[in-house]
Amino acid sequence: MTITVDHVSRRFGAFAALDDVSLEIPGGGLVALLGPSGSGKTTLLRILAGLDRPDSGRVIHDGSDLLDRPARERDVGLVFQHYALFRHLDVFENIAFALRVRKRPRAEVRARVEELLRLIQLDGLDRRMPSQLSGGQRQRVALARALAAAPRILLLDEPFGALDAQVRQELRLWLRRLHDEMHVTTVFVTHDQEEAFEVADQVVIMDRGRIVQVGTPAEVFDHPASDFVLRFLGQVNVLGATVAHGQARVGALSLAAPDLPGDERPARVYVRPHELELALSEGPELAPARVVRLTPLGAALRVEVDAGELGRLQAELDRGRAADLGLRAGQEVWIGFRRARVFAEDGRAAA
Amino acid sequence: MSRRRHRALPGFGLALGWTVTWLSLIVLLPLATLAWKSASLGPERFWELASSPRALASYRLTFGAALAAAAVNLVLGTIVAWVLVRYRFPGRWLLDALVDIPFALPTAVSGLALTAVLAPTGWIGEPLRDLGITVVFTPVGIAIALIFIGLPFVVRTVQPVLADLEPEIEEAAAVLGASRWQTVVRVLAPTLAPAAITGFALAFARAIGEYGSVVFISGNRPMQTEITPLLIMTRLENYDYAGATALGLVMLVVSFGMLLVINLLQGWSRRRQVAT
Repeated sequence: MTITVDHVSRRFGAFAALDDVSLEIPGGGLVALLGPSGSGKTTLLRILAGLDRPDSGRVIHDGSDLLDRPARERDVGLVFQHYALFRHLDVFENIAFALRVRKRPRAEVRARVEELLRLIQLDGLDRRMPSQLSGGQRQRVALARALAAAPRILLLDEPFGALDAQVRQELRLWLRRLHDEMHVTTVFVTHDQEEAFEVADQVVIMDRGRIVQVGTPAEVFDHPASDFVLRFLGQVNVLGATVAHGQARVGALSLAAPDLPGDERPARVYVRPHELELALSEGPELAPARVVRLTPLGAALRVEVDAGELGRLQAELDRGRAADLGLRAGQEVWIGFRRARVFAEDGRAAA
Repeated sequence: MSRRRHRALPGFGLALGWTVTWLSLIVLLPLATLAWKSASLGPERFWELASSPRALASYRLTFGAALAAAAVNLVLGTIVAWVLVRYRFPGRWLLDALVDIPFALPTAVSGLALTAVLAPTGWIGEPLRDLGITVVFTPVGIAIALIFIGLPFVVRTVQPVLADLEPEIEEAAAVLGASRWQTVVRVLAPTLAPAAITGFALAFARAIGEYGSVVFISGNRPMQTEITPLLIMTRLENYDYAGATALGLVMLVVSFGMLLVINLLQGWSRRRQVAT
């Protein structure tokens, strides 16, 4: 069942946490709300959970306004960043909580909890207390607890934020598999674009209380709607430029910018490290640079170059290509842009 | 091939030796003297002194009023701690500081102040008198004095645990479908129980031994409003040292027994939530 967020606003004093936000969350989908802190993503999640109320707007789900019902009657599951497990209850009773407060029969509770324990791969640990579990195990218990009463919507607030890198990686894949099995409409909040891309079908990018772009991971990465989105989604080289009549100039290099006609004005050119070309000999549209530093990153090699008036730039190329070039620190090279995006200083128009 | 085991924290032997010596000097030695003095009475004489009707009435009053006061403090102290931790309001720091006043005030001063307020001519005593309720010189007055001096114990033991309890716990309970009442009964009360029981035990222990604030408000009528510590004082003033020590020993044994039970209860409720 689709969740329709309809013109929702929420202010805290003078601060607009959500500024007229509208969004469609497809039923059975897995959507990531992605943005820096203060972008409003957690506020939106809390409104969906019923832990906060918007000042205006509606949230339609299954033909009725979710906002008319208090949190306890919404049938949502919520997973917190810091687990929020009940520390006086063991694993079994934590998971059983939603069923106990609904006064379900004992046999049903036992069967459901055992099913969930198998699902989270913690069978046998049902009598452990939360304090005896690792962070990753606690978060799995929190997830099982949220799923116990078969919620219609599953919400996760930075669910892997408090875990170390390796456990986080495992749990992401596991969450994705779990969702593929259960198809419960899931919304999760994160500030980590890698996490959002890896887990979600659809990414909602938020900035200062507004939604700036919605799309699949590939769409938002390849076609960022603004320079904010572009900068937020991974490392990028930013170069000062001028643009006039559909042509941008960066130092001695020029780039096509057909979306920016009109008279000369300042602009910025964005080049991702893997889109920066390195060559050993001079050519058209190449600028001279000197290799400053080489850093191996798995299958890739990061090369920091000093390109004179263009400043220090980061390039990334695969190890094989790097070996062919025989790169070493201090070497003179030539750089060019395989692909670049130009945004006028004042905003949104892109090339 | 040394048989000594090496520990990560050195100084265990010295620290334990010091602890035992110190506790013996400060706690055990005076108590042993008490037992020794009573033993010199002989069992029959001891029993006669310890179980006189006047003594029995004083035990009932002392332990009964202390238990009632600790129970009231358990509830009210938890509420005060809740308000101080959970809400932000102007003057909160002042309220927080006020909680410690019963700790700092000489108990005789507390007793005088309470008597003045609660006496039939006092601010609270007068309207109460009009309703036909007398507080001063009754067991109720004694319990009120004990509530006053015991309040900080529950507040100060529950407060840190509450502050440590994330509001998210309650939010989680609500989203999982618990009503407000279910959240209190199933989540908050069990989580706070170990700390609250500790506070209760401290308030209770303090109330049993309280003397200064009670003597003013109780009226000290034998068989009715005479607490055991006061009866001991009366015996001492009459140079009846044997009678005083007999009463003292009874108090000691009963208090120790009750605190032991409370400690076991507390250990049990704590074990239920911490790793073993």
